Amino acid sequence: MRAGVRTYWKLVVSGFRQESHYRLAAFAGLVANVTFGFLKAAILFATVRASGGHLAGYDVGSMSAYVWLSQGMLGMVNLSGTHELGERIRSGDVAVDFARPVDIQGSYLARFVGARVFTLLPRGLPSVVVGALTIGMTMPATAQPYLLGGVSIVLGIASSFGCVYVIHVLGFWLVETRGLQLLYMVVSGFFAGLFVPLPLFPSWLHDAAYATPFPSVMMTPINVLSGQLTGLAAWHSVLVQVAWLAGVLLLGRVLTSAGLRKLEVQGG
Amino acid sequence: MADPASALLAPYKAVLASRIRAQRSYRASFALDLGSSLLVGLVELAEVWILFHNVTVLGGMSFPSIALVFGLADMAFALADLACGHCDRLPTYVRAGTLDVFYLRPQPLLAQLVASDISLRRLARCPVGAAALGYGLVAADVQWSPATIALLAVTFLSGCAIFSALFICAAGLQFFLINGAEMTNAFVYGGRYAATQPARVWSGALKVVFGMVFPVVFAGYLPVLRVVDLPSPHPFPEWAGWAAPLAAVWAWLFAIACWRCGVRHYQGAGG
Repeated sequence: MRAGVRTYWKLVVSGFRQESHYRLAAFAGLVANVTFGFLKAAILFATVRASGGHLAGYDVGSMSAYVWLSQGMLGMVNLSGTHELGERIRSGDVAVDFARPVDIQGSYLARFVGARVFTLLPRGLPSVVVGALTIGMTMPATAQPYLLGGVSIVLGIASSFGCVYVIHVLGFWLVETRGLQLLYMVVSGFFAGLFVPLPLFPSWLHDAAYATPFPSVMMTPINVLSGQLTGLAAWHSVLVQVAWLAGVLLLGRVLTSAGLRKLEVQGG
Repeated sequence: MADPASALLAPYKAVLASRIRAQRSYRASFALDLGSSLLVGLVELAEVWILFHNVTVLGGMSFPSIALVFGLADMAFALADLACGHCDRLPTYVRAGTLDVFYLRPQPLLAQLVASDISLRRLARCPVGAAALGYGLVAADVQWSPATIALLAVTFLSGCAIFSALFICAAGLQFFLINGAEMTNAFVYGGRYAATQPARVWSGALKVVFGMVFPVVFAGYLPVLRVVDLPSPHPFPEWAGWAAPLAAVWAWLFAIACWRCGVRHYQGAGG
């Protein structure tokens, strides 16, 4: 580590401030989030009611919490697979990143977390407020789920970055990573529980999802925050998140140093 | 001397042919693209199937009936996406100045935009929609008659027109939005998602948005109700199942109005 905590904190803040300039983009994201939220709520509530009011641990109130927390988190985690790094590797600009006195993975991570935490203000919280006011949702009454949930959200944001970073670093070998990105977008959203919560999955598909890091990206933070998971189970799933985060970041580091040996940039 | 019609279309044909050749030349990347697009279709179908894994009837429909809705709507969306899906990337063209180049050429702007790209990978979604439709036609309680076949054909063509109109509409609005391009996702991709749902479960506001303003409910759900003989939910009358062409005309009028407004608003930065 060539740079201290202060440097990374400044990068977090710069990411936060950069994102704060795109107000129209944030509002546009909110409109899309809320529209999808109402559609998701309509079909999932109908499913809960069709099974007699209780389904896989959900009633209408807790299903509403799932719908609006997932919509609120959508702007915060990266389930689209897009990142500037892929294009920078393709064009060779990444050489500039390597020349900087900060770690490449660490600096992108810091800026990503800063930018995505900002979206809580214009996208995350308003989505949840719209849902709570129009439909109503069941949320825990004690402080602990919110504190642990906050940690869990940040771990989810960082894990999504870790996965996307791996996809883009593969560009050192593949050059064109668009197909991989599309693959990531499909699989990560499905297994993160973006459109259907994972407890509704048939057991074989549920197990397949939990063999990937994607539940850690979105389903776990929602479960912890909404009080679906409490006590030891909540702590356990947050520890699983930490393990996945460490795993994907480590994989990214190994690939970065291998790619660096392969990288050849012309110019001067 | 070629006849005037083919001479008129020749530039578009040349551009599209070059795009198709270009995509097929990177074989590994193209194969991965096709595979991923197929997976997009499969996951979208799985999301519907999982709900029916938990309950047998949802919004008054069984899984075979909803498979019909999904098949019709998703295939229509995939074809519209193939033809016009790149139109909602207009802000990129505006920023890069590509749009100003379009103005210099002697073809209509919208026609050039539509012909500027075609993503063959989007065809890979069609088999999933087709399989769902085929399964639905066999497994659902379909009232077969010549009218049923006509209804399915008319609905499919109208569905393609409706979704294409949504893409054009998005492109027109993006002259104003630029950085807010994501807003149009609400009715383009939200429209696709809505079109595969049983609309009976919707609130009044959703029925107005996706049943009237952006009429995707006509691309699958309402016609399928006629095919399997189920009652239409309030406020849609029974004959609305046959009204997909009317919805398509409305969607195109709306789309052309959006596009005209957008073009009138646009001022090139030159260069």
